[in-house]
Amino acid sequence: MKHSRRTFLQKTAGVAGLILLGGRKEAEASRLQVNPDQHGVLVDTTQCVGCRNCEKACNEINEDLPRRPAEWFKDESVFQEKRRMDYGTYTVVNRYDSGSSGKPGYAKFQCMHCLYPACVSACIVGAFTREPSGAVIYDAWKCIGCRYCMAACPFQVPAYEFSNVLTPQVRKCTFCFQQRLSTGKVPACVESCPMEVMTFGKRTDLIMLGRERIRSYPERYVPHIYGEQEVGGTSWLYLSGVPFGKIDFPVLGYHPAPGYTEPIQHTIFKWFLPPLGLYATLGGIMWYLRSRRTKESNPGGDAHQRHD
Amino acid sequence: MIMSVHEHAAPVQNRFFTAGMKLLTAIMLGGLAFGLYRMVFGLRAVTNLNDQYPLGLWIGVDVATGVALAAGGFTSGALVYVFNRENFHAVIRPALLTALLGYTFVGIGLMFDLGRWYNIWHPAVPSMWQGNSVLFEVGMCVMIYLNVLYLEFFPIVCERFMGRVNLPGRLARFNDAVDMLLRFADHILGKIMFLFIIAGVVLSCLHQSSLGTLMVIAPYKMHPLYRSQLGPLFFLTSAFAVGLTMIIFESMIAGRSLKRKPEMHILTPLAKIIPYLLGIYIFVKLGDMVMRKSYLYLFQDHPAVIMFWIEFGLLTVVPFFMFMSSDIRRSPRGLFIAAAMYVVGILLNRSTVFFIAYEPLYATKAYIPAIGEFALTTGLILTIVFVYRALVTLLPVLPAPEKEH
Repeated sequence: MKHSRRTFLQKTAGVAGLILLGGRKEAEASRLQVNPDQHGVLVDTTQCVGCRNCEKACNEINEDLPRRPAEWFKDESVFQEKRRMDYGTYTVVNRYDSGSSGKPGYAKFQCMHCLYPACVSACIVGAFTREPSGAVIYDAWKCIGCRYCMAACPFQVPAYEFSNVLTPQVRKCTFCFQQRLSTGKVPACVESCPMEVMTFGKRTDLIMLGRERIRSYPERYVPHIYGEQEVGGTSWLYLSGVPFGKIDFPVLGYHPAPGYTEPIQHTIFKWFLPPLGLYATLGGIMWYLRSRRTKESNPGGDAHQRHD
Repeated sequence: MIMSVHEHAAPVQNRFFTAGMKLLTAIMLGGLAFGLYRMVFGLRAVTNLNDQYPLGLWIGVDVATGVALAAGGFTSGALVYVFNRENFHAVIRPALLTALLGYTFVGIGLMFDLGRWYNIWHPAVPSMWQGNSVLFEVGMCVMIYLNVLYLEFFPIVCERFMGRVNLPGRLARFNDAVDMLLRFADHILGKIMFLFIIAGVVLSCLHQSSLGTLMVIAPYKMHPLYRSQLGPLFFLTSAFAVGLTMIIFESMIAGRSLKRKPEMHILTPLAKIIPYLLGIYIFVKLGDMVMRKSYLYLFQDHPAVIMFWIEFGLLTVVPFFMFMSSDIRRSPRGLFIAAAMYVVGILLNRSTVFFIAYEPLYATKAYIPAIGEFALTTGLILTIVFVYRALVTLLPVLPAPEKEH
């Protein structure tokens, strides 16, 4: 039963994806290279108890975020609203009345670290880069503050320091790239979790692990690993007991976001031929009409180029 | 008039600070004060932008609409120089000035919107070039085109000051040298201007279209009516149409303000071209709607749908039919209304794309621009009007009044 439902879901999503794509974009997407050994995190939301230790660990390790007192992370009243990450928070845990057997469920959010990140493609100065490990990181020094990355992100993750007058930054989870990932340590949130909600590892292994869990406990999970295919795949992967829409994950196709714009850009600028071609064509028309006119009406006349 | 297709341009003689201009200046300064306030106290203090709505009125109007409405520069250049329609020559200079000011103020307006405005030069640094970014292409093209516009405009400055260079005080000793420089620049530019005119058309086609590609990267956040992959084609074809429309609009406003008769002998034939260009846009837009079946959303209760009916139905299709009518084209009042309608239509279209049809995933309430955002936008538009009037008073831009002949 469950298997057929899963296949059905995959098929519908695949068809929806194909309708969105058109064949050419598929080829375009495959040009984008992804390291098969890259890291990822599998988040099993069914195991989360909402202790917010991950939020606390995140705040502690990212010392440039506004400081929060330790007690604040024990305050359950924050669950009364659905929070989002902001300029001072890289990760949030929300509570949902959707757990199995009447218990509340929780979901942790942070940057998904896409395999084909829209922010990297959108950024006008290359302030976003994607590391081979999977981390998508931001260089404030390059940033001009146009905030196009925020409009581009399919998960609405990057936040902005709108109150910072002179040196505002785009803020989002760094995958603890500087502090931990680059020295072989797992992200702070992963380490802090007492329930082992998060598993850090090779992304390909995590997908196998996720499938294994869904197979072993079909009554516990919806048969879908969120992030395996969404917008071409994300480094952070999710398992859930309820449909992902119910815990505020957007329903997305499988086509990478940059795959919508980059083919247009690379067609327009293919070896600079289209602009040069247009230039030559316009020049040709100008020359032809002008020489014809000069011959017709005014053999001795001067073709007026100036704005006079 | 038949002998000389090139109407003579001259600085206007009107008094600069009329009552209307004084009022305009007051409102302008009030609006610009909000710009100063933003620079001192930051974006949060002036705008209603937030993490859900990162792009607002200043991007939708000051930048995107500004670029579209400045399209008169390249469309008139293409028409007169490339397609050799000399009968429209008189519109070249005012259209060029409008484009020059339009693009200059796109840059200035952007400075208020950018969080790190002092880094605005970064896209020009090769180590930061980002060829995948649509915005990078827009930025580079706009930057280069702005230079092209200044080059295209420079002969007008030369014409005004050649043989009349009169620098104050001690600088007077450089009079001859400056005069020689102007003559040299005028001579060289006159010879190679066609290169820049074609470059201006190509650069414009590139960035006008790419502005329409910007939101294509976020299809999941765009209302289906505005989600198409053909975004660049919509922006390009509508820019062609609004370029000529804006020439008419601006000529009639300037004419009224300077107490001149509208130049109907030029504007009426110019208006005759618009239905072709606007028709292409409407055709592409409707064709896309049929192909994507987005017409299914036409009666949904949604701000983007309401905007679609207003900006497309009322302010694009209706002016299209108005421009088709030869009676309206010949009537100064009718022509002005048609042009004004489509200019507002473009403003609403660009705004819709950037912050109304854009539906962020976790927004709890819609973005409505703050008073300060409206104020600065108004201030910048009025500054363009102010500088336009100053420059047509100073330089030979507008055709000399008939009576002088």
